[in-house]
Amino acid sequence: MSTNTENFEDLVKKEYEHGFVTDIDADTIPPGLSEEIIVFISKKKEEPLWLLEWRLKAYRQWLKMEDPTWAKLDIQHIDYQSISYYSAPKSKEDAPKSLDEIDPKLLETYEKLGIPLDEQKMLAGVAVDAVFDSVSVATTFKQKLADAGVIFCSFSEAVKEHPDLVKSYLGSVVPAADNFFAALNSAVFTDGSFCYIPKGVRCPMELSTYFRINASNTGQFERTLIIADEESHVSYLEGCTAPMRDENQLHAAVVELVALKDAEIKYSTVQNWYPGDENGVGGIYNFVTKRGDCRGHNSKISWTQVETGSAITWKYPSCLLKGNNSIGEFYSVAVTNNYQQADTGTKMIHIGNNTTSTIISKGISARHAQNVYRGLVKISKNANNARNYSQCDSLLMGDQCGAHTFPYIEAKNSTAQVEHEATTSKISDDQLFYCLQRGISEEDAINMIVNGFCKEVFKELPMEFAVEAQKLLGVTLEGVVG
Amino acid sequence: MNKTIRHYLADFKQLQNIKKDDWFSKQRQSAFNIFQESGFPSTRKENWKYTDVKPITKKLFSNITNSNVVISDNEIDAILFKELECIELVFVNGAYSEKYSNIKNLPNKLTIRNMANAFVNDEDFLKKHLSQYVNDDSSSFVTLNTAFIQDGVYINVPSDLTLERPISITYISKDNSNIFATHPRNLIFMGENSKATIIENYIGIDDANYFTNAVTETSLSQGASLKHYKIQQESSNAFHIGSLNTSQNKDSRFESHSISIGGALVRNDINARLNKEGAEIMMNGLYMTDNAQHIDNHTRVDHFKPYTQSNQNYRGVLNGKSRGVFNGKVVVHPQAQKIEAYQNNANLLLSDDAEIDTKPELEIYADDVKCNHGATIGQLDNDMLFYLRSRAIDEQTARSLLTYAFADEIINNISFQSIKNKLEHLIIGRLPDSSLIREYV
Repeated sequence: MSTNTENFEDLVKKEYEHGFVTDIDADTIPPGLSEEIIVFISKKKEEPLWLLEWRLKAYRQWLKMEDPTWAKLDIQHIDYQSISYYSAPKSKEDAPKSLDEIDPKLLETYEKLGIPLDEQKMLAGVAVDAVFDSVSVATTFKQKLADAGVIFCSFSEAVKEHPDLVKSYLGSVVPAADNFFAALNSAVFTDGSFCYIPKGVRCPMELSTYFRINASNTGQFERTLIIADEESHVSYLEGCTAPMRDENQLHAAVVELVALKDAEIKYSTVQNWYPGDENGVGGIYNFVTKRGDCRGHNSKISWTQVETGSAITWKYPSCLLKGNNSIGEFYSVAVTNNYQQADTGTKMIHIGNNTTSTIISKGISARHAQNVYRGLVKISKNANNARNYSQCDSLLMGDQCGAHTFPYIEAKNSTAQVEHEATTSKISDDQLFYCLQRGISEEDAINMIVNGFCKEVFKELPMEFAVEAQKLLGVTLEGVVG
Repeated sequence: MNKTIRHYLADFKQLQNIKKDDWFSKQRQSAFNIFQESGFPSTRKENWKYTDVKPITKKLFSNITNSNVVISDNEIDAILFKELECIELVFVNGAYSEKYSNIKNLPNKLTIRNMANAFVNDEDFLKKHLSQYVNDDSSSFVTLNTAFIQDGVYINVPSDLTLERPISITYISKDNSNIFATHPRNLIFMGENSKATIIENYIGIDDANYFTNAVTETSLSQGASLKHYKIQQESSNAFHIGSLNTSQNKDSRFESHSISIGGALVRNDINARLNKEGAEIMMNGLYMTDNAQHIDNHTRVDHFKPYTQSNQNYRGVLNGKSRGVFNGKVVVHPQAQKIEAYQNNANLLLSDDAEIDTKPELEIYADDVKCNHGATIGQLDNDMLFYLRSRAIDEQTARSLLTYAFADEIINNISFQSIKNKLEHLIIGRLPDSSLIREYV
């Protein structure tokens, strides 16, 4: 690899674009975690008793658990008592009825992010349930969705308005004590999104939530629950940016998807949280539990993710293929630069007959970053004619980064057909030379090659997201000349 | 301390008594201390995730080699490679059998001795080299082996010697009055630009009940080339844990062929260290399981220096209620550029109760590398079956033929013709309905 160090340094030094802190008074409680805090959160959110009990149960389980250490991540000790578990924008008390009532500072933030709400109404046809530090402050397109019978609201609203739905599905995919971070989330989650697509409905628009971490010292504990009833279809987008900050922030979200008979859920993520500076100081710790349950026959769940941010990513969007003929998909691009670490992948658990899963994972690692694909494909004893195809490619940029592949494949049924393939390499000098001798600059050539490398995943993203993702990739890897 | 560890401790004390003035006793003791500290691995250990060694730890094997067992000429004839003119070393229940061995007429400077003998005659060399090439010295089974070394083979091939005759090492286990464990230890040292072929053969007679805990360590000097065959045909009640360790210098080449078909619970470890530029290793392996067998193959290749190469190809055929495990790991260390590493694992599941767990891993800390791996699990191809059936071959025969073809891909990588023939014979015997296909192959 030709080393153009100057260019490399430039690129790597590119500052985080969305680095700004919005100055809003947050309704923040002092740091620490105890049963009292959980009771406080639950009270503050006016939750029913069963939910409080559920939280406390999760908390008690969590106390017995230990931080997982199996991932190939170098994590500084996290003091869970130094984190504040609740913060909400002040203006929340008198809930805004239109955009005018929303804190102008907040609107400003959105504008900086390039997602002015009022424009979005007309342009994108996307309903935005914007989560700004844990409490949803603006929800658009409610009416149109309501006409279709789709319920799309913040989690706390769902607890109030649709308690039966929440009660019967919450924790049914990711149990409260599933793992350390899921248990923590179950105990202290403050808000998130809830979505229910009724029987036979094709959701009229793509649903989207923009998360932003804002108040200093606050961990974010989002909880998302999406239920696609029989023969329904929904495409859900999740995207994130965060302001620049020195202290490590913890983020432990849980996403649960339930697809009933003939239903389809497409879940797309672009994650661009603050990755820390070029010396690896600061950055978000992102520990996410995402799991989809193909509960009904012929159901389908598809995960697409573009991970470019966070100092540490620990994330394994998975599919439980319970229904016969159900389909699970996982498309991922994970980019790590500087001192970022990512340990990500998927689990495909084949339980029903004729189930199919596809895994396409592209990892890009630059400078000192470590990028891990870790996945499990499991064919249960009674899953006849299961089929899996996995492909995990890694691209290395710079001679000090690392790319690792740990696929676990377990098959207990003789009709299973499983294929796994992985490659690791750098951008070949030949490819680069070919572009250069045709008058394409090195920077553009690398961009082109990297985008080609990720194409298979990008094409799975909804249009507007794909464009955003490509730009993001360009920014993240600018100047990392091979 | 649990009962099993106490039992091993008692045996160990007895052994230390026998070998009181041995120069090795200090090392023996420290190995045992490590073993005692760590105990046997549980499935919570990542390296043992899919292999539970409880069946081994539940039993109290006698660890002191007893050489009173006799073996008949007929039995030995059935086992040895008679058609191959080998330098022959035979061990019965862990003890060297002079009667059946043949290490006469060796080329000049070539040293081949059984380990018990070498402990006396080659003390200086062993002091320097024994235990130096074991890469995973934290493994409980390796430390247990070191603690209980009683016999094995020591080979020292001098520089520039090309040894035409293969060296065949056969460990035979036969039923004894009590269940027993053997801890064979082999040390192979290859001088500069030397060449040799070594066959390690583990075989059990009469469904004997025993545990083989073997360790082989090899060191290849610059330009050396070693072809290593391991043929594991332990008895159906036997346990086998074996580790092969290589330490390779500049431009050396190691070829490992591992055929594993016997044993109730088997674990084969290969740890390869490519220490200098130009070192190369090829690993070729086949495991065939049936009934309630469990065969686990672990490989690990460390690329420490640039311009090193590794190539792995493992295949498994699983029948009955058996279980196969493959775990291959390639580690490319920082600054080890211009590496090529390939790894392939293919598995054929023949029965509904069989299980395969495979985990091909890549851990890469350098960028200018070409690494890829693949793993597949599947059944016989329906189109191929149809092709054969449309040519009037009945289904059973067709299946058996295709299974044979799948396994033979590994055997085909063997360049030594007479070994290849023998192994082909061996795997045909292991196929379902093998009698049907003899006319074709």
